[in-house]
Order: sequence, then structure tokens, then C-alpha cells
Amino acid sequence: MTDPDSIIATGRSPRHKAELRFRAYGIAAIIVSLGFLVVMVGAIVSRGTGAFQQTFVQIEINVPANKVDPQGTRDPNVIKKARFSSILKKAMRQRFPEAKSRQDKKSLYKLVSSTAEYTVRDAVVADPSLVGETSTFSIRASSDVDMFMKGNIDPTLEQSRRRIDDKQLAWIEQLRAAGQIEKQFNTQFFTGGDSREPEQAGIWGALAGSSLTLLVCFLLSFPLGVLAAVYLEEFASKGRINRLIEVNINNLAAVPSIVFGLLGLAIFLNFFQLPRSTPLVGGMVLALMTLPTIIIASRASLRAVPPSIREAAFGLGASKVQTTFHHVVPLAMPGMLTGTILGMAQALGETAPLLMIGMVAFIVDIPGGVTEAATALPVQIFLWADSPERGFLEKTSAAILVLLIFLVIMNLIAIILRRRLEVRW
Amino acid sequence: MPDAPAINITYSGNRARTVELIVRVILIGCALVAVITTVGIVASLLFESLRFFQKIPLTDFLFGLEWSPQTALRADQVGASGAFGAIPLIVGTLLISAIAMVVATPLGLMSAVYLAEYASDRTRGIVKPLLELLAGIPTVVYGFFAALIVAPMLRNGGENLGFAISSESALAAGLTMGVMIIPLISSLSDDVINAVPQSLRDASYGLGATQAETIKQIILPAAVPGIAGSLLLATSRAIGETMIVVMAAGLAANLTLNPFEAVTTVTVQIVTLLTGDQEFDSAKTLSAFALGLLLFVITLCLNVIALQIVDRYKEQYD
Repeated sequence: MTDPDSIIATGRSPRHKAELRFRAYGIAAIIVSLGFLVVMVGAIVSRGTGAFQQTFVQIEINVPANKVDPQGTRDPNVIKKARFSSILKKAMRQRFPEAKSRQDKKSLYKLVSSTAEYTVRDAVVADPSLVGETSTFSIRASSDVDMFMKGNIDPTLEQSRRRIDDKQLAWIEQLRAAGQIEKQFNTQFFTGGDSREPEQAGIWGALAGSSLTLLVCFLLSFPLGVLAAVYLEEFASKGRINRLIEVNINNLAAVPSIVFGLLGLAIFLNFFQLPRSTPLVGGMVLALMTLPTIIIASRASLRAVPPSIREAAFGLGASKVQTTFHHVVPLAMPGMLTGTILGMAQALGETAPLLMIGMVAFIVDIPGGVTEAATALPVQIFLWADSPERGFLEKTSAAILVLLIFLVIMNLIAIILRRRLEVRW
Repeated sequence: MPDAPAINITYSGNRARTVELIVRVILIGCALVAVITTVGIVASLLFESLRFFQKIPLTDFLFGLEWSPQTALRADQVGASGAFGAIPLIVGTLLISAIAMVVATPLGLMSAVYLAEYASDRTRGIVKPLLELLAGIPTVVYGFFAALIVAPMLRNGGENLGFAISSESALAAGLTMGVMIIPLISSLSDDVINAVPQSLRDASYGLGATQAETIKQIILPAAVPGIAGSLLLATSRAIGETMIVVMAAGLAANLTLNPFEAVTTVTVQIVTLLTGDQEFDSAKTLSAFALGLLLFVITLCLNVIALQIVDRYKEQYD
């Protein structure tokens, strides 16, 4: 590019300054924009990484045979019915005998998760030889204790202003001195379903829901999108109807996503009576939403296949269909797949339409099929973000991290696919 | 080239022609899905909205100054009263979108100008994908960020300066949404600026203009229609954006233009109305579809105008 300074040397000073100022505005704009990206990702990473660890308390628990399994049947169904909460509470009282008053006992029990009794129960069911023995159990600490251990609760604050009272602090110190409280990798976060208790909540249910939804979305939108693109590029004459379809697709690409949710609610749920809150309907709505993206990318990819390929096939006597499906489509496939993956990434991050079709329910179970009620990862983030507990803040950020990692992976696959497979003519 | 199986083709008259016909019909069917989707959207929105307008007159909806759908639930006034005036929602939506555009337009435009005119290929190769990352982040993440960090920051900042900023202020949602829109404006404007022919630049430099002068007086005026188109598309995107406002904006329909107060938007109301109970005959639920129709019509108009401007502009230099 021509260097303007060499053309005009006179009167340079004010104009030169204006030039520099203008350039600085450009750089500033980019820095501010990217700065926001850095701050946002930084804030989420710094808040979210804590959730990959969870505080556990080691406690010796005596599992009395007369209460759990009086007949000595070792039958899991019998063991399951025992009252493990009182067993756990008794063990806690034995560990800290100084807790005498009702108030103190209540504080004491709050050290561990309210789901801890099930942890004990499941361990005993899995290993019935524990009945009648005293053994050490690793028990999930409550969210407040977990937050304290991660430094999110300031112990120097007044007692009434923090969620851990002085007695609990003393107990935690005792446990810490005895090496009986420690942070471990939080497998529950990756393998568990949703829960009301932050320390118990996991994203596996949401991930499974998202995968099923994306599967449905892919199975519908990929063939539909590719075939529609093939029609528009290879078969359609440039008539009025095709112009209509084209305008339609372009406009559809810019329709707000929530409107697709309304469509799903009115047509799929109310008219066709498909099951609410399911990945099936979620996938169908997202498929319609991603269709324009896939069609536009696939058309560009088909357009890039040179006419010589088609002419060569025709010259050898292939029909239109044969030329298209044996030669043109396979050559355009990498570009089509790239577009589809990007469309799927967009669908993975989409929340609003799923809210409309009821995928916001509180669902603990892991969905096993496309017609079971489920939630999706971004919706789970939305739900957790709404929870007031400090523990969920961390979980929300961690879930966002997982979502972002998936998006990055999908985009990387798309880029690699494009580099590896795309042929340039 | 994959091995061509075209050799084993023998002319088999009708059968081949039938196959061609069937394939063609299937393909047309797939292409029509897009049209059917549009028809489905329009039909479902219209149908439910008509039911709504049987209960609430259209003029009340379009020109009413009060929005409080909850009162319609009371048994003694089945769908009859309850205020369904959309004006506060429209004003709230436009307020937040305007804030977003005020943030995104200078940032997006200046980024595009710098990337298109000043940046070296290497810088461009790094910065452009990074900016596009902003567009790839799900909106629920922006919403979380707005509610968790931007809103409290603004509130505390306001407190320190001595004036009250609501924790669900239009400003917090608008600012965050603005950042989300930056890449949209910058990439569309980038294309437009690149489409301005080099001859215009050369002529300007030849007359002794500096690069900044060329950009301000030659390139940007030449690119104005395209930039206007991209700004309209961005506005349409801001108006239809849901998750950021659901998480960071308020629920109360205040009719105000004060960016420090909480306002609500069309999309927020749709989500709130439809995520709770679902009695399908109450005016409350049906009003969500009327809002959806309103949203669809507004964004469609903006898109059509924008696409037309961009198309017409393209023809000028091609």
C-alpha cells in the first residue's frame, strides 16, 4: 500500500497526528473487544476450576448389625431400608462428643452433605461385610464446608455474616489436624445428575441430554440440509420458486431462536402431542434452527466443485442423479461436514428454544432415550445460575467450562477437517 | 477423483427416468422443509395470536402502556382484564438494544476498519478468529457473566458515584449484549470495506490524502449502505436475543428510558410466560404467542431491509 507520508511531507504534523489517533482508535477497539473476552473467560475459569474438586470428610462409622440387618440375610433390599441417617449422626456425635445441645448437633450434622447417608448406604449395600463392623467412610462434606475449604468463606467475618459458625470452624480445624478432611477429584460432578445440593450435583445428566438432542438434531438436519443444498445448487432451475426458497432460507437464518421454540411448542407439542421436555422435540426444534446454516455452507461447498467434474461424468454417460451423487456430493462432503459441525456447535450452545419446549425441568435421572425427559447442558447452566447457593456458582462456572471445551473441540474438528480433506482446484 | 462407476451404466429407459424423478421429488421435498418451517412459524404464531386477540383487542395490545399479565389469572376476571399493553416491553427491548448498539457499533466498526485497512495479514489472521470466538460463545454464558459480574460492578460503581443503579439495570444487559454483537458488526463491515474497490483508495492517496483521511472520507462513505445493512442485522439480533436479558434484565415492565433502571423485554416475557404453568386457553399464555408474532414481524422487517440494502449495494461495484 502506498505510504501517504512519502507523498506529502509538508503540513505533516496535525494530519499525521490525526492519522496516528485514528489508528489508535482501531487498536483500542480491538483491545477492548478482546479484553472483554479475556475477562469473561478468565472470570469463569477462576470461578469454575474449584468445582473439579470436592471436600471429603473421613469418619469412622459403626454399622450396627442389629439395626441394619437383624436377621443377617445380607440382602441388599433389607440393608437399603435401614435408617442410615441416624447411624451417620451417631458416628458424628461420637467423633465430636462436645456437641451436646440441639443447636450444636444441628451444626455438627451440617458439616456433611445431606446426601451423605446415601453414600454410606450405597457403600454398605455394595459391601455387606461392613455390617457389624466399624470402618472409615469417606463422606462428601456439605457445600458450605466445601466452600470454606476452598477459601470462599472468610473466617474472620462476624459469625452471623458467614455460613459456617465458630463451632463448625473448630471442628473443621480438628478434622484438618487429624488429616481427616481433604479435597479430592470430584467424580460426582462428571458422573452425576442434577441435585438440589450443590455438592451432589453433576453434569452427566445434562451432557447425556445434550448428546441425545444433538443426535436427533444431526440425524434430521444433516440429510435434510445436504439434500436441500443439492437440489438448490444442482437441480433447481433459476426460477421464481427457487428464488423464493433462497430468500426464505436467508431470512430463516436470522429469525430469533426463541421463535423456533414457540414453533416447537405450538406444533410439535400441542398439535402433534409429542412428549414434552424430551431430546426428541429439542432435537427437532434445533434441527430446524440449524438447517439454514447447513444449507448455506453445503451450497458454498457444492459451488466450489468445478464444472469439469460434472462434465466428465456426463461425458461418460452418467445421468444427472449419478453425476451428482457419485461425483459432486462426495467431493463437496468435507465442506458440508464442516458446515454441519459448526451448525451442531451452534445448536449445542442454544438455550432459549429448549426453554420453550419444557427442557427446564429439574431432572435427577440420566436420560436413557430420546423420549425420556431430559435437560441440556446450556439449560443446566441457566438453572444453576439461578440458584442462590454459593456452591452452585462454582458448579455453573465449571459447567460453562465443560460446554466451552466441547465447543472448542467441535470447532477444531471442523478446522482440521477443512484443512485435511478439502480439495482446492 | 474417486473411481468412476459410470461405465456400467446401460440405458434402461423408463426405470432410469423413474429413479431420476423420485430423487428429484425427494430433493424438492427437502428444500421445501425450509419453506414449510417458515409457514409453520407464521401459522402457529398467527393462530395462537388470533385466539389471544379474541380476548384482548389488538389496539390494547399494541398501544397499551401497562403490562401485567399475572392479574388475568384471577378467577373472577377470566382473561378479561389484566393489562396486556406491549409498549413497555417494546420500549424496554429497544432501550437494551440501543445500549448494545451504542457499545457495539464503534467497537465493531473500528475493529473492522483496522483489520481491513491497517492490520498486516498476520495480525489479521490472529485477531479475526479471536473476535469470532466472541460470536461462538453461547449466549447463556454472556447472561451468566452479565448477572454475575457486570451488574454488581455497575451497581457498586453507581453507589460510589452516588446514584442508584438497579441490579437488573438495562445497562448491564445492554453492555454485555453489545459485546456479543461486536463480531457480527465487525465481520459484516469487514466484508463491506473489503468490497470497496482498490481504485478508490489509490485515487485518494494520489490526491495526497492520508490513510485515515481516505478511510473517513472515501471508504466509509462508499461503504455506508453495506454498513447500514450490517447494523440493521445486528439490531435485529439484539432485539431477538433471549438468554442475556432473561438472566440479566428484570421482569417488571417499567415504562422508562433510564438505562439505570430495570426494564423487561419481549423475549424475557415470552420465556417467563411459557416456562411456568401451561393452561393453553388463558390470555396469559396466549399473549406469549402474540409477543412472539410481534418479535418475528419486527426482526423479519429489519432482516428484509438489511438484506436488500446489502444486495443492492453489492451490485454497485460488481
